[in-house]
Amino acid sequence: MATKTDIARQFIEAIPHSKALAMRLTSIGDGEATILMPYDAKLVGDPETGVIHGGAVSALMDTCCGAAVMSHPASPGGTATIDLRIDYMRAATPGQPITAHATCYHVTRTVAFVRATATDADTGNPVAAATGAFTVEGAA
Amino acid sequence: MKAPRRPPEPVQVIKQRRDATLRALVEGVPYIRYLGMQFERKGDELTGVLPFDQKLIGNPMLPAIHGGVTAAFLEVTAIVTLSWTYLWEDIESGAIDTATLAAGGLPRLPKTIDISTDYLRSGLPRDAYARARVNRSGRRYASVHVEAWQDHRARLFAQATGHFLMPQPRD
Repeated sequence: MATKTDIARQFIEAIPHSKALAMRLTSIGDGEATILMPYDAKLVGDPETGVIHGGAVSALMDTCCGAAVMSHPASPGGTATIDLRIDYMRAATPGQPITAHATCYHVTRTVAFVRATATDADTGNPVAAATGAFTVEGAA
Repeated sequence: MKAPRRPPEPVQVIKQRRDATLRALVEGVPYIRYLGMQFERKGDELTGVLPFDQKLIGNPMLPAIHGGVTAAFLEVTAIVTLSWTYLWEDIESGAIDTATLAAGGLPRLPKTIDISTDYLRSGLPRDAYARARVNRSGRRYASVHVEAWQDHRARLFAQATGHFLMPQPRD
């Protein structure tokens, strides 16, 4: 039987936009998820420096937070973003992949609360942080 | 005694300067091109347009636009509108050099400090529009609100508020 983690993985890997950005789910389970997004010239926001656009980081954060919610033991199935706030602490280093790690730290019958951070190769010095609320869908 | 008023510039001259600046702000950025975003201009009013594309889908079952795409669309609209507002005086006075802009000499852009996006309804598989309002723009920081809709202007599918660091004079 497919576990909840398997279902979440299949769902995440079937998302057209996540595929378009070449996102790779590196770990998932128990309300936590890690997703890597390779550097790509098409995602650049500042052509002078080659730094990736904040929007692409948002897409990564949103996907990773959604994956964390779906993998939480108390989550019955699907989810959608209610709100997501992203803080950009510094520019990601051009040429390096960005890795997002999200933790779904609380789930009620209707709402899931999530935090996430994004880092490049300098893992001790995050590029961005996010906090969000997500719907809990499929509940009776 | 009042100084004699300068005669208004020919419409094509002012339009050329406005459109060249907008083009530089939008077409110089690879990620905006990748999303397929465009901007429509009426005087100084800008509308971001995101034509629907399969690669923007986040939930293939519904189907719905990816929440990250929606966030990116709002953020790009906010930054372009803020940059446009910041450059407006130079565009109107003619201080801006459109030849440099066309050659890829992009002016320095505001940087996002934070952005908070509300998802009001799911983004349908069709074109989306967004307009931003600069609520405060100081020497260092700016606060911008942006709204996005699809079929009905009054039925927003997302909105966001962001804070931005303004470009500082080169030193």
